[in-house]
Amino acid sequence: MRRSELNLGRIVAWALLIVLMVLTLFPFYWMLRTAFSDNTQLPGHPSSLLPVESTLGAFKRVLGLSSVAEAQAQGGSGAAVNFWLYLRNSLIVSTVTTVCQVFFSAMAAYAFARLRWPGRDKVFALFLAALMVPPIFTTLPNFALIKNLGLLNSFAGIILPGAFMTPFAIFFLRQFFLGINRELEEAAMIDGAGHRRIFFGLIIPMSAAPITTLAILTYINSWNDYFWPLLVGQQENVRVLTVALGVFRSQTPQGGPDWAGLMAATLIAALPMIILFVAFARRITNSIGFSGIK
Amino acid sequence: MTVTTSPPRKRRSLGDLKVAMIFLAPATLGFVVFYIWPTLRGAYLSFTEYSLLSAPKFTGLDNYDRMVHDSFFWNALGVTVEYVVINIGLQTVLAVGIAMLMYRLTKSITVRAVVLLPYLVANVVVALVWYWMLDYQVGIVNQALSWVGIDPVAFFGDSHWAIPTVALINVWRHMGYTALLVFAGLQTIPSYVYEAAEVDGSTELKTFWRITLPLLRPVLVMVLVVTMIGSFQIFDTVAVTTQGGPINATRVIYYYIYERAFTRFDFGYASAMALVLFAILALISLLQLRLLRAKESDLA
Repeated sequence: MRRSELNLGRIVAWALLIVLMVLTLFPFYWMLRTAFSDNTQLPGHPSSLLPVESTLGAFKRVLGLSSVAEAQAQGGSGAAVNFWLYLRNSLIVSTVTTVCQVFFSAMAAYAFARLRWPGRDKVFALFLAALMVPPIFTTLPNFALIKNLGLLNSFAGIILPGAFMTPFAIFFLRQFFLGINRELEEAAMIDGAGHRRIFFGLIIPMSAAPITTLAILTYINSWNDYFWPLLVGQQENVRVLTVALGVFRSQTPQGGPDWAGLMAATLIAALPMIILFVAFARRITNSIGFSGIK
Repeated sequence: MTVTTSPPRKRRSLGDLKVAMIFLAPATLGFVVFYIWPTLRGAYLSFTEYSLLSAPKFTGLDNYDRMVHDSFFWNALGVTVEYVVINIGLQTVLAVGIAMLMYRLTKSITVRAVVLLPYLVANVVVALVWYWMLDYQVGIVNQALSWVGIDPVAFFGDSHWAIPTVALINVWRHMGYTALLVFAGLQTIPSYVYEAAEVDGSTELKTFWRITLPLLRPVLVMVLVVTMIGSFQIFDTVAVTTQGGPINATRVIYYYIYERAFTRFDFGYASAMALVLFAILALISLLQLRLLRAKESDLA
């Protein structure tokens, strides 16, 4: 029925989808193209599809590998930047945050899903209610607390607020723990296993998939976070990539910004997440419906 | 949201309380110290004058009185609303469009992954890439505009363009993510509904307006609540591009609170504004859920 009309519709629809995908991917390509260009030559060839005078200069510059003279010759500001250091800092913050947050949230989720105790569902509802509070509201007192503890510009200060739990992580894991067959647990109990053994030997291995998914999502969020590290981690020794990008952008000379350097830096910040995404694309895309709606 | 309660078992009334306390200890510590306490503390601070250097001084409703007369606060609210309207309006329409295209055309995980990609890189990264692409002199977008005879636009420098520009950048970042949420919703619509429509000779457009959209309503409402709450908290993009300017054109509420707290150390006033923002967000979610009867699907 209406075969030709349908086909025409499908062609138009495919064309639209392809246009959307090109629009989505183009900025990534442009970042790549600019990062490999010579900054002094960029203004002369603003719409060249290939890198202009392709060079690794921008990467050397932002990784602190080129001398001031070299950097300035290629249009850099000459200010010392060391994205190796910021990369290391981001790795430390995201890794510690993810490991601690997922583990402690899993413990809590176990208590909410598999244990029976009075007031359990009320306490759980309270944990969930915290999702409603906008971060800036708690950020102000949290900043005062971290400052009073003398933890400004320390990894502890950046990591602590997210290290113990998020309401979302507990909620997410509880949903999976609820679905685990109780008979297995009871069989283990009859064999004399305690709650610690059931948690580590049964629940965690059986939930490897959702725990991995949660860990990936947590890692990405932590890696991309800007607001909190901006407040408590300005100093260079603990500065993470997102904060460093902001600083780099404000340092760049107003007259002739170091676009190549800036794009090389953004690429360094984005690449680990893109790699993680390519490796786990199916898992991440499939988790979206669940995490957003339910 | 399904909250499943396991069937009660005959045991001591305290059940596994002791074990539960051990398992909950770290999470509860974090929850009390970094969620509950700052929420209560923040509410208290909103009634004080507090510069971080000395103890907060109780000033009653002074901060709120000041807010009512602070033209910067009203400007910030207005700019934020403008941002949210453009951002959410466009993003939702595009997301439904993309979701429909994916739903009708392909189950490919690659397509879905590409669409999601911008959401996985940091706001800061996205903001800077577009800051470069939209540059007045050498940005590729203005180059492309010149090919079709349009004068270059100062996307970030023109006070009329700044907010729409920031809003569009974030539409680009979030539309794929939102589309996947809608896509998940589309998959819950049973196929017999479509089959029935086809038998009745319904056209594609008619089916969309009369069947898909009404059945999608509960999902759309949830998506709107979630994305709108996020949209009100726009900060990163503004912080690395316009920093509130030109003049006050992009001084959104989050950025204004940030400035008050961390450049003026006016913590009491900043807390009061944060509390008002909290109230606005709570009210909006409540209204949306009420007005659109989110829980009921037309299938029921």
